[in-house]
Amino acid sequence: MKAPSVIAAQVGKYTVLSIGVFIMVLPFIWMLSTSFKPSAEILTWPPEFIPRHFTMENFKTVFVTAPFVRFFFNSVLMAGVCTVSVLLTSSLAGYVFAKFKFPGRDFLFILVLATAMVPFETYMIPLYLSMVKLHVVNTFAGLVAPYLIMSYGIFFMRQNVIATIPDEIIDASRIDGASELTIFLKIIFPMLKGTAGALSIFAFMQTWAAFIWPLIITSSRDLWTMELGLGMFQYRFTVDLGPINAGSMLSILPVLAVFLLMRRNIVRGITMTGLKG
Amino acid sequence: MPPPFAFSRQGGRMNRMEYKKRVFAYSAILPVLAIFIFLRIMPIFQNFLYSFFNSTVVNPTNDFAGLQNYIDLFTDTLFLVSLRNTTLFAVCVTVFSVSIALFLALLLSGKTSLGGLYETLYFLPVITPMVPVAVVWKWIYDPTYGLLNYFLSWFGVKPLGWLVYPDLAIWSIIIMSVWKVIGYNMVIFLVGIREIPDSYIEAAMIDGANRLQIFRYVILPLLKPIFLFVMVISTINAYNVFTQVFIMTSGPQGAPGNAVRTLVFDIYENAFRYFKTGYAAAEAVILFLIVLALTVAQLKSGGKKE
Repeated sequence: MKAPSVIAAQVGKYTVLSIGVFIMVLPFIWMLSTSFKPSAEILTWPPEFIPRHFTMENFKTVFVTAPFVRFFFNSVLMAGVCTVSVLLTSSLAGYVFAKFKFPGRDFLFILVLATAMVPFETYMIPLYLSMVKLHVVNTFAGLVAPYLIMSYGIFFMRQNVIATIPDEIIDASRIDGASELTIFLKIIFPMLKGTAGALSIFAFMQTWAAFIWPLIITSSRDLWTMELGLGMFQYRFTVDLGPINAGSMLSILPVLAVFLLMRRNIVRGITMTGLKG
Repeated sequence: MPPPFAFSRQGGRMNRMEYKKRVFAYSAILPVLAIFIFLRIMPIFQNFLYSFFNSTVVNPTNDFAGLQNYIDLFTDTLFLVSLRNTTLFAVCVTVFSVSIALFLALLLSGKTSLGGLYETLYFLPVITPMVPVAVVWKWIYDPTYGLLNYFLSWFGVKPLGWLVYPDLAIWSIIIMSVWKVIGYNMVIFLVGIREIPDSYIEAAMIDGANRLQIFRYVILPLLKPIFLFVMVISTINAYNVFTQVFIMTSGPQGAPGNAVRTLVFDIYENAFRYFKTGYAAAEAVILFLIVLALTVAQLKSGGKKE
């Protein structure tokens, strides 16, 4: 038997936690609810959570009337390209930083680590001007450029190579006559699969959520990403709450799916990287 | 100095292998470094450079201005308002999100059934991109049909123009931003609290300490490095606030511009709307210095602990 005070404390604890969860989840439920409501039911008082007449009209509007298919495709393509690039550059550089000695290595590594702490917003202007010089403003190349590498990814990979791959394995393969490239591709990379998985999730999420760079680098609607499209559409058509919430649902969906599938890795990984949404 | 003959037996083969290693290392790292320099190092330094020029998009370094951009900044009301708003925003988001997160982490730290589920749900806003979240919060804040005014009406509160009243607008964005980061801070605290050995807490309990005393004298001191880390990360992220401000202040239902004008928003407008590139670069330098100061403060206090 537990003492009454212990039970009271437990009840109090779960009440507080549940109220918290309610506040955390409520905006998502509200978004979901609004996205399935016909426009006549959206602006009502009192607000209702369950739509009286479920409708897919808002999703249809988003896809048919507004070019959100295009935006979605752009986001997928952008996040895909950047994720592959981050994975490739981070694992190569991380491996070399971890297992090879060359002059200037430690200095370069500290440089990489230091830039991981510099916010993008503080150097986006010169970056934009470089894109102007290269004539890639308002092109896909310009859109993806800043996300092709991730300083933190290099650091993350290096730490994992050091922690999980013993020198003996590499040396043994060398004695067997394997080339350095074969060692990297056939031995090192497979051993880093878990780490690579975690890193690709951050890279994907970070690129998917990007907003300020797509905003400044693109001018034609054909290049807009899901996030930018949403931002622009809510700016121009504030009253169309149904479609904008349907669009929001669609932009959350891929991220949500990945999150729920790989929850443990993500929570741990994101917490370590200091990555923001 | 090792005797030279130690290497001589396999010398030729080792050198060949060393040579191959070198070739691989350089050919792997140099392209990555080149991209890295072009996309990170160069812009970071160029930003300082451009801040001393009357730069334009076409000619960033044609017209040297010395410190003029910086002097102008500190007489520019919009910049000063932005700096003040951003600082208020950063301090409030950090204080509220850190204290609520710590409280929740303490509740979740023990053996809790459904603990994993709670963690997941609190983490949901963290992984969600900012734009959709800002869109729905803007709708929640709607003065006429918004959900928040509806809930408040149960307690007899008159409808408020959350994003419309200039005094209230920044607080609305603070609330939403706190909501967004609580889960992140909470998970870091949870990691820290779970690393505290049970024996410490048991020992304190045997000595007759109550819950509050255990928190104050056992948990809090051990959590100090993590606490500082969370504070600094939160503040840095908050100083870079942009997306939610852009979404929630734009359009006819949004807040009046200057009431929630923040640093990055001001940088964005100066650089990409008015094309005052050098001036905006000077603002970005100020932001950089703020972030640098915070990072150094954290490294220093963290270094003392370890």
